Amino acid sequence: MILSAGDLQAVILTLELALVVTAILFVAGTPIAWWLARTKSRWKGPVGAVVALPLVLPPSVLGFYLLLAMGPNGPVGHLTNALGVDPLPFTFEGLVLASVFYSLPFMVQPLQNAFEAIGDRPLEAAATLRASPLNAFFTVALPLALPGFLTAGVLTFAHTVGEFGVVLMIGGNIPGITRVASVQIYDHVEALEYGEAHSLAAVMLIFSFLVLLTVYAWRPGAKKA
Amino acid sequence: MTKKHIEARFLLNWPGFSLDIDLTLPGRGVSALFGQSGSGKTTLLRCLAGLERAGEGFLSFKGEIWQNGKTWLPPHRRPIGYVFQEASLFPHLTVLNNLQYGQKRIPTARQSDFDPIIDLFGIGHLLDRKPDRLSGGERQRVGIARALAVNPRLLLMDEPLSALDSARKQEILPYLEKLRDRLDIPIVYVSHSPDEVARLADYLVAMDNGKVFAHGPLKETLARIDLPIRLGEETGIVLDAVVAERDAQWHLAKLDFPGGSLWTRDKGIALDRRVRVRVLARDISLARDNREHSSIQNVLPGQVKAIADDEHPGLVLVSVKVGPSVLVARLTKRAAHRLDIEPGQSVWLQIKSVALME
Repeated sequence: MILSAGDLQAVILTLELALVVTAILFVAGTPIAWWLARTKSRWKGPVGAVVALPLVLPPSVLGFYLLLAMGPNGPVGHLTNALGVDPLPFTFEGLVLASVFYSLPFMVQPLQNAFEAIGDRPLEAAATLRASPLNAFFTVALPLALPGFLTAGVLTFAHTVGEFGVVLMIGGNIPGITRVASVQIYDHVEALEYGEAHSLAAVMLIFSFLVLLTVYAWRPGAKKA
Repeated sequence: MTKKHIEARFLLNWPGFSLDIDLTLPGRGVSALFGQSGSGKTTLLRCLAGLERAGEGFLSFKGEIWQNGKTWLPPHRRPIGYVFQEASLFPHLTVLNNLQYGQKRIPTARQSDFDPIIDLFGIGHLLDRKPDRLSGGERQRVGIARALAVNPRLLLMDEPLSALDSARKQEILPYLEKLRDRLDIPIVYVSHSPDEVARLADYLVAMDNGKVFAHGPLKETLARIDLPIRLGEETGIVLDAVVAERDAQWHLAKLDFPGGSLWTRDKGIALDRRVRVRVLARDISLARDNREHSSIQNVLPGQVKAIADDEHPGLVLVSVKVGPSVLVARLTKRAAHRLDIEPGQSVWLQIKSVALME
């Protein structure tokens, strides 16, 4: 497989983005998933719906609102302005923030399912064995939900890799900064460079398949454990 | 008084169920919470553990306040051991790690070697296994051992045998009896099985519909026929007895209880051993005179204490004093009428069968 320097740069940028987003979502998504799995609050429904929104919303809609929020007159724009930071649109950081929102359900939902599957009982047992709620989370819930973490991580990573619409809205198409692989392929096709498009598309296809194969092949083993 | 007892008051309202409890439990021995499913016994146990929080509640354990108004000790700060209906072992940990989970979280000063517990429950050969490689009975033994490894001051057990088949029950019961005899801490034991209660309990709390309708020392409470503890065929009393004589020729053992003695099959229990004897009401007949010619070996003189209606309109329960002990017989109403049974009357008890619970 021969990739041009530009293609390679796009692939590396894509993987970088996906890694950062997955790492952030592990930290941010876990408490949300835990809360959704265990709460009896009436806010569970609305919060769950908001988390799931990116599943059904056209990426351009999400991207549009995020662009407005990050723009000079949006709340995020005001914040970056007050902090003396450059505005987020058309930056890698802007892409990361947008992708975190866009991939949120892919992290939260598998984790929530994993936490719900554990049920109350192991945590109650931990409590009667002197473990504080936080301690019980780390020593019982986390190890028992490990397969869920793997699924959530892989899905989030893969989904971020496959992102297109949101990237275009927020990041545009700046080589080395916001031009990810999916945008690069689009550019190749626009320029009628079908050979280049083929190479990169094939790389993405094989990569995605291998990722999903890992998850699906690993899962049954995890259930037995 | 309060320094030695467990005082519990809980008021809890859920849709379709409410718990209304005001109870004082003894600070030692086995207290059985007995009732049908849905009677609230598990909920009461969970309130004692702090796994459930009654909006209005008061709980003091031997003078320590665990719950009072806004004061509430979370479960992980209560010095309890809890045995769940299913063993609820941590599936990702070995048996040894399960045992150590609680043990390493208690103050070093209260930590004790758990080898005796491992020996008592016969789980030494299982320590390296994961819970999914244990049988149901083994899992429950580990579950009980794990609860004891935290060196609790109160042991709470939620129907620890109900998830097991009867063979496994018979496997675990002797361990529980050993536990009761060796442990110096109070045990609160939830059960819907009259047999388990008769074998294990010292104190009986009978519950129905979220309320306690009778409680007291086991022997006295079982002998009270005025209480609607509906045990059906299992209605009966227990006696504490001592093996006084073993007859080698007839393979019988004589059990002395306060007020008399009973002969039963010799099961090889040593002389002078203290045993528990259960006599079911359906196995006692009453007679006005002592007929010598009968196959029934155990005939005791007694005095009628009280008569009460049984569940079936054709039956009555009669409590009879035999010395300081009280036995309960079930008769048909017609038989009671014909025998002209009334309180104070002298009668002969013909006891068909006696269950010895070692």
